[in-house]
Amino acid sequence: MIRLAIALLGLVALAVVPLFASEYELGLLIGMATYVALASAWALFSGQTNYISLATVAFYGTGAYTVAVLNESLPYPAVLLCAALIGAGMALLVGLSTLRLSGIYFVIFTFGLAELVRQLITWYEVSITGTLGRYIFLDLTARDIYWQMLALAAVAIGLTAWINRTRLGLALRAIGDDEVVAAHSGIHLARTKLIAFTLSATLITLVGAVASPRWVYVEPLIVFNPTVSFLTVIMALLGGANRLWGPLVGAIPLFLLFEWLSVNFPDTYPIFLGLLFIAVVFVLPNGVLAGLDDLRARFGRRGK
Amino acid sequence: MTLLHVDTVSRFFGGLKAVDQVSFEMESGTIMGLLGPNGSGKTTLLNLISGFLAPSSGRIIFNGRNLAGARVDKIARAGIARTFQLVRILPSLTLLENVMLPAVFGHRAHWGKEAERIAREALEKTGLADRAGASAGDLNYIDQKRLELARALAAEPELLLLDEWLAGLNPTELQEGIKLIESLSGSGITIIMVEHIMEAVRALCPRCAVMNAGRLIADGETSAVLSNKAVIAAYLGDAEDA
Repeated sequence: MIRLAIALLGLVALAVVPLFASEYELGLLIGMATYVALASAWALFSGQTNYISLATVAFYGTGAYTVAVLNESLPYPAVLLCAALIGAGMALLVGLSTLRLSGIYFVIFTFGLAELVRQLITWYEVSITGTLGRYIFLDLTARDIYWQMLALAAVAIGLTAWINRTRLGLALRAIGDDEVVAAHSGIHLARTKLIAFTLSATLITLVGAVASPRWVYVEPLIVFNPTVSFLTVIMALLGGANRLWGPLVGAIPLFLLFEWLSVNFPDTYPIFLGLLFIAVVFVLPNGVLAGLDDLRARFGRRGK
Repeated sequence: MTLLHVDTVSRFFGGLKAVDQVSFEMESGTIMGLLGPNGSGKTTLLNLISGFLAPSSGRIIFNGRNLAGARVDKIARAGIARTFQLVRILPSLTLLENVMLPAVFGHRAHWGKEAERIAREALEKTGLADRAGASAGDLNYIDQKRLELARALAAEPELLLLDEWLAGLNPTELQEGIKLIESLSGSGITIIMVEHIMEAVRALCPRCAVMNAGRLIADGETSAVLSNKAVIAAYLGDAEDA
């Protein structure tokens, strides 16, 4: 109960911040909220099941592109609803065909999926509509976008917290440990994974949709940038992908770090991205939060 | 009442007949030892019954339903639980969570307090109750074996498949293990146990079946089966070979 109160207070405080923030700071806040939402939504499926998905940008880009295509013909809430439905439909289709794959095959497939979607949209735009690139003109301020993104991040974390307390959460953790045992305990593997994957992908699609008006001009090469997928994975792993607050703990410092790096070392910053990826996997394979727990346990024992 | 009817079940791996036209029936509440030399097809037969593998042909009738080739989780929910020859636990979950899984998703599908009660009962029976909150990854080998059995029990199964569950125990643990299985079979669970330890088989199983090269070569009262010529030949070789 106290934890919930603290989380809600934090949310209210974060919602008030843009009233005092400059345009630049607001941009940073939107970026942080975006990556907290992405990493938390990603961990909702991948963190528990250990199915590392690199398809984040496939859904994120689809969300952005849905807004780009529909923003002039439908009211904004209807556009978001369409994005969510398209994301969920795509996730069901992809999930049904790939969740039987295990380990490395799943990783490679999801990486390929982002490229496939990008190429499909490019092909469609060039050969059917005859244009590449679209404009998004929506009457939304940066503050509106920030509040929407903050709400999405809250939903992603809240949904994870709720799932952790349900049968679905227990089933997902069992799958992450050993699918054979999970199945022998009576868990319907395909259905369990499909539900979580679809929830996660739908949220990610919505993040892309909400973020898109910031770009104004959208084309496949911009919105299907694979760096988004990699950043999401590193952030979630850094904080601890199987912890409720892990993705948030990883996303905020890494977003700020990459923001600073991309301003100061615009050409070489992907090198830092790679180094960091390696460092996280070697030094903190279970994330910062698990590392802190280990430290606490070690010092606790020494104290006694 | 017949609980399980394995009806001319076969499983081929390419040209290898791992299980070859095996048939037997089991009454509810009975216990049967499944013996045979290494590679004779015992574990494969258990895998066919638990659904881990699908039979190439034949029927497996459980409680009047043919489960041959059904999905593993469906078979688990029908009331069949098992342990694995190579222990499989969920290391990142607590003992209680490990054991709660089949109580939640299995045969009777409980949730909340009831699921926890059943899980604690199963931990109690296997002597792990005082460590319910510990992480399963920290257990030693014998306790992992206990945990596996507790997990199978929390499924409240009608049929329990034990794949060399007693293997690797020291003499004291073996006596405890035998007592534990005895109390289970007394509570009405039907048990098939694959086992190499003859002491345990003699103590626990009034009935035995023996497999060799995929075929069932003997099935009947234990002492009669163990003195059966074909069985002795399967283990020790024919007189002509020697």
